[in-house]
Amino acid sequence: MAAGLATWLPFARAAAVGWLPLAQQPLPPAPGVKASRGDEVLVVNVSGRRFETWKNTLDRYPDTLLGSSEKEFFYDADSGEYFFDRDPDMFRHVLNFYRTGRLHCPRQECIQAFDEELAFYGLVPELVGDCCLEEYRDRKKENAERLAEDEEAEQAGDGPALPAGSSLRQRLWRAFENPHTSTAALVFYYVTGFFIAVSVIANVVETIPCRGSARRSSREQPCGERFPQAFFCMDTACVLIFTGEYLLRLFAAPSRCRFLRSVMSLIDVVAILPYYIGLLVPKNDDVSGAFVTLRVFRVFRIFKFSRHSQGLRILGYTLKSCASELGFLLFSLTMAIIIFATVMFYAEKGTNKTNFTSIPAAFWYTIVTMTTLGYGDMVPSTIAGKIFGSICSLSGVLVIALPVPVIVSNFSRIYHQNQRADKRRAQQKVRLARIRLAKSGTTNAFLQYKQNGGLEDSGSGEEQALCVRNRSAFEQQHHHLLHCLEKTTPVGPGSLLSSCCPRRAKRRAIRLANSTASVSRGSMQELDMLAGLRRSHAPQSRSSLNAKPHDSLDLNCDSRDFVAAIISIPTPPANTPDESQPSSPGGGGRAGSTLRNSSLGTPCLFPETVKISSL
Amino acid sequence: MWAEGESEGLQTLGIVVVVCSSLKLLHYLGLIDLSDDKIEDELEMTMVCHRPEGLEQLEAQTNFTKRELQVLYRGFKNECPSGVVNEDTFKQIYAQFFPHGDASTYAHYLFNAFDTTQTGSVKFEDFVTALSILLRGTVHEKLRWTFNLYDINKDGYINKEEMMDIVKAIYDMMGKYTYPVLKEDTPRQHVDVFFQKMDKNKDGIVTLDEFLESCQEDDNIMRSLQLFQNVM
Repeated sequence: MAAGLATWLPFARAAAVGWLPLAQQPLPPAPGVKASRGDEVLVVNVSGRRFETWKNTLDRYPDTLLGSSEKEFFYDADSGEYFFDRDPDMFRHVLNFYRTGRLHCPRQECIQAFDEELAFYGLVPELVGDCCLEEYRDRKKENAERLAEDEEAEQAGDGPALPAGSSLRQRLWRAFENPHTSTAALVFYYVTGFFIAVSVIANVVETIPCRGSARRSSREQPCGERFPQAFFCMDTACVLIFTGEYLLRLFAAPSRCRFLRSVMSLIDVVAILPYYIGLLVPKNDDVSGAFVTLRVFRVFRIFKFSRHSQGLRILGYTLKSCASELGFLLFSLTMAIIIFATVMFYAEKGTNKTNFTSIPAAFWYTIVTMTTLGYGDMVPSTIAGKIFGSICSLSGVLVIALPVPVIVSNFSRIYHQNQRADKRRAQQKVRLARIRLAKSGTTNAFLQYKQNGGLEDSGSGEEQALCVRNRSAFEQQHHHLLHCLEKTTPVGPGSLLSSCCPRRAKRRAIRLANSTASVSRGSMQELDMLAGLRRSHAPQSRSSLNAKPHDSLDLNCDSRDFVAAIISIPTPPANTPDESQPSSPGGGGRAGSTLRNSSLGTPCLFPETVKISSL
Repeated sequence: MWAEGESEGLQTLGIVVVVCSSLKLLHYLGLIDLSDDKIEDELEMTMVCHRPEGLEQLEAQTNFTKRELQVLYRGFKNECPSGVVNEDTFKQIYAQFFPHGDASTYAHYLFNAFDTTQTGSVKFEDFVTALSILLRGTVHEKLRWTFNLYDINKDGYINKEEMMDIVKAIYDMMGKYTYPVLKEDTPRQHVDVFFQKMDKNKDGIVTLDEFLESCQEDDNIMRSLQLFQNVM
């Protein structure tokens, strides 16, 4: 209804006549209303599709693009219409919002495209109408989750990019968390896995009855008692390895308190403690009973496998996230068990020699029946008992079946998320490789440009063919800009670069010159996009030699913005004498006339040489 | 004995439970019909749709030009596609214009003033007629309309209770966040002042003539009536 508030304004103001006779003070003068031109039809041309609407319709929301004077920026006086170079299908929804006051969300469009259009037209996403709001929010949340995974995966996968000054602790921790980073870590990973397996198998095997070599003992002994020394040695070895691993992890952990409280470390502790307690405890008879109990905990070593297996981790995570459903299941089962146990007890009370001796005894029957196990050790014999027993088993099936789909869907969602993350990581690697290739391609193009003296319309056209052929206006401006930057700084301008890697550059340039143009243009967009997304990623191409990481970062950010500026303000490419004579490195560097583009701002004076050929 | 009785009792209970649940099952399956209530088809509320008379007629009846009527109708139709406004819509509109207080009472009186035929809904003609009076009418007409607004029971007289209601409704619209904070009996004082001014013969009620006369004597009111002239 807020749409029409402006429509009702005349009505509200007219109705204010009712206050007049009651007014105790003189009313303020009315604001001057400019003579309305009457309603006129505006034409909005969105990428060729014409939309016509009353001006009043657009004026309903004065804080949006179309309702305010901002649309005058898009007014084309020749055709008398407002031209927007945007998606006409999306515009339909935007315009309908003005007309009806409700913003609907298109089902078949990408939610991010829709968001971008809203942002462009000045509409806040909260305006989405109630009918579409839930779906909009769901899709947006899904998207955000996926993007968050993306970023996490990138950050996690930044393993190869090791910060230079990492200490032993950090390296060790990284080796533990990502075994694929180095060979030693991988070896350690497999060794611990092997020993976990050995330990678990030993625990299992030592309870198997072995036949004694001498047939004299009729009683079979378990292997553990026949070969106590062997098993003890194996156990010791495993525990030593586990202890060592635990201590190393403890040392390497960035936050020891958090590590101590984490689940995996608790499992580690529980796995190795029984051994030490067994060592310390003397071989008394009464205490050895407890010692035997402790041996049970050795089986928890098997949980250490969850570090090695992603599937186990997913399962654990699923169970954790379904805690409420599991809780509900448990609660409803308990209720049903108590009810049915009571009923069965009283039903079977009269029978002789009945198993249902008390209500807790009937619990066992109820559980076995509700889970449809039916061991048959307790069966009702009266008619009433049988009737209620059958009702019990039917309801058991229902109660257990209800929460299971929820748990299953949770598991499936998490599992698919993981699969998506893996796939995306693989794609990222390919993409990064391609980006690197493109970067080196543009670098070489720039080198070519410089080697040819930077003049493109000079007379010497023999060697030009290779590099001049495919150069677009954009590339020309771009190279000119890079060249200007070089001139600004006290760098030995082409000489250092060309001297240090001329042969490599030439070879690569010749190989890549053909592909440069096509690759560079295609991946310039990728580069721009990536730079927009992740400005923190310092370029890894070969030529960021002496640059401090921070400085080259600034370079990147600046040059990208300025390229845009250069395109829109066509400056003639440099054809000045100072480019043919490299200025000496030590001298001031400033030779101001090289700064064609004043938007460069203050030229960066680096104390040491900076290689500009990296983007 | 006791145990036998118990188990027999439980037996009976069990059998009863089984029989009842099977009956229910058959009912759900549609094989037998146990319930008495018939399925009532709810009559769908037919959409009340009203179309106004022709444009020329409206132009003749009111003081608006054709273009103004067109603009008004477009806005009206956009907000109320069915062609009529009901009281709830009035209240909603007013609540949005005056969010600080409770405008529903005043909107109720206003609706009654607009709804000249007392049908419970305001058609476009009523709407436009009232607007025409309020925006383009003579002073006399405006004052008469205001009198009609104050006269809640439409008996031709305004008494103190009706005035109190109106004034309270207006004060409610203001809300609690006034400066200075209004005291409890401010409305009553306001009404007393008003009555003293308007009620010429002090008989406790204000007739239309008294009202018109008193208002025309008051310069403030006359001046303010010009305020809401140019709204379109």
